[in-house]
Amino acid sequence: MKKVFQRPKSLKDMPFHYCPGCTHGIAHRLVAEVIDELDIFEKTIAVAPVGCSVFCYEYFDCDAYQASHGRAPAVATGIKRVLSDRVVFTYQGDGDLAAIGTGEIVHAAARGENFTVIFINNAVYAMTGGQMAPTSLLGQKTTTTPFGRDHKLNGSPVRMSEMLSVLDGTAYAARVSLHNPANVTRARKAIKKAFEVQVAGLGFSMVEVLSACPTNWGLPPLKALKWLEDNMLVYYPLGEFKRPAEVI
Amino acid sequence: MAKILMKGNEAIGEGAVRAGCRYFFGYPITPQSELPHYLAKRMPEVGGLYLQAESEVASINMVFGAAGAGARVMTSSSGPGISLMQEGISYLAGAELPCVIVNMIRGGPGLGNIAPAQSDYFQATKGGGHGDYRLIVLAPASVQEIIDLMQDAFDLSDKYRNPVMLMGDGVLGQMMEPVEIGAERKAELPEKPWAATGRLKGKEKKLINSLYIVPENCEAHNLKLDKKYSGIKEAEQRWEEYRTEGAEMVLVAFGTSARICKSVVDICREEGLPVGLLRPITLWPFPEKGINGLIESVKSFLTVEMNMGQMIEDVKLSANGKKPVFFYGRAGGMIPVARDIYNEVKKILNGGAA
Repeated sequence: MKKVFQRPKSLKDMPFHYCPGCTHGIAHRLVAEVIDELDIFEKTIAVAPVGCSVFCYEYFDCDAYQASHGRAPAVATGIKRVLSDRVVFTYQGDGDLAAIGTGEIVHAAARGENFTVIFINNAVYAMTGGQMAPTSLLGQKTTTTPFGRDHKLNGSPVRMSEMLSVLDGTAYAARVSLHNPANVTRARKAIKKAFEVQVAGLGFSMVEVLSACPTNWGLPPLKALKWLEDNMLVYYPLGEFKRPAEVI
Repeated sequence: MAKILMKGNEAIGEGAVRAGCRYFFGYPITPQSELPHYLAKRMPEVGGLYLQAESEVASINMVFGAAGAGARVMTSSSGPGISLMQEGISYLAGAELPCVIVNMIRGGPGLGNIAPAQSDYFQATKGGGHGDYRLIVLAPASVQEIIDLMQDAFDLSDKYRNPVMLMGDGVLGQMMEPVEIGAERKAELPEKPWAATGRLKGKEKKLINSLYIVPENCEAHNLKLDKKYSGIKEAEQRWEEYRTEGAEMVLVAFGTSARICKSVVDICREEGLPVGLLRPITLWPFPEKGINGLIESVKSFLTVEMNMGQMIEDVKLSANGKKPVFFYGRAGGMIPVARDIYNEVKKILNGGAA
């Protein structure tokens, strides 16, 4: 009988620790599928963040580094500058990348560091208990914005893909979403492009992945996906904000 | 081989290159600027990389990545920049990554000034960052010693898989002295089977990590580190003794202040005063063996530092109450003058009378 579906080889055979309905698992799977498809597993190195996905170094079966909070792009810079023929990617959440690590991500992009960033945007600090993230929506209730995010008090959410896309060093920047199968397929394509950009040596590549956090949003999994679609897509448009001139 | 004239900061750079270091990540700060200037030119000549980071926080994490990839790598800074690196240094120690960090200390606290100081002794030797960890801390006192210790710094960091800090100050960085750097030879770099360089040819998975979420495992990790630190304490204490034979009073000083103390010892000896100097070369591990070797024969110690009294705590711990330990220091970028130290020595020898 022909096998039509199986675990990607780049993922270890072990259960994820993620909450029910969390989309980290899908994102992990997409990255692993792309690594398998491009046949780059042996030379791929992952850099894990601080946050819910800190243990992604356990799930991706490639060599891995655990970076301090927000500094994955600096760690990846050090790795890639020493091992320029390897494929390096960071996997970071929104607190990690868009708050504490803003300096590192901006300058990695500005230098055109030739690695790939998978940026999970779920509009909340999840591991620490659902606090407001730089990407939390206006009006969004979190444990530190109990009355909803107030523009006057907290400013507005940060659109990282748009921001980074204006830098010359950024070769590829796209935003995708995991709220339904069609978008999961599009997300996979974008992640594949980002890795291809790196393999071709074209510069910095990032895919922002809109993700659901049912636990900290206080919603059942299906309603969380609906909330993502109804609210996040309005503020965070999907699409490619920068792509290399060369057709990939 | 003929001697050449070299600035201390440049000697750090050349010493690093000679030791096989090929990666430098740093952020500008005075008074160590000649070092990045030197390496920005020198690294490309030897096929190495000089990369200017966006901050010291980024620099130390680039060092983390490069060290994990198996490279000989360094960064340098001064006081405020070293403070910014502390989280990264703790991660490096936790993940047992070798690297060399240079601190050319300036006056503090806060922005302080850019004049020479030794006020980062606590930060370097007692932690600085979070958690139970140790840095090996080397304190050269001449440009020649800088060159020699850079080699040792990289060798020690690889041997123990631990970050090593080389501490100097603006005086050492700026002064020019004749040095012998020897013929260029190919640095012998140790194998690093633990480095995470990708799983080429099906190599087993490597992880560069300082996270041990299960307390039992984290305690085991701490015990393992502690065992390593005990070994370093036993094997790596270094110091220089100067005219300590028959000394009743021994000055204890490192780096720039030790050079001044040497002159004080000479003046004292000319006058027949039995005074010597113990100069720690490793600040951690502190050379308690050196202090212990003198403890029976001397009557007192005088610690001389360019701070308000930091190393004196280690001198006192080593003397363990057996002999009195006095202190003389200048702070905020001021340098002790030989005459003032001499007067302090006389005062103590006269039982407190000036």
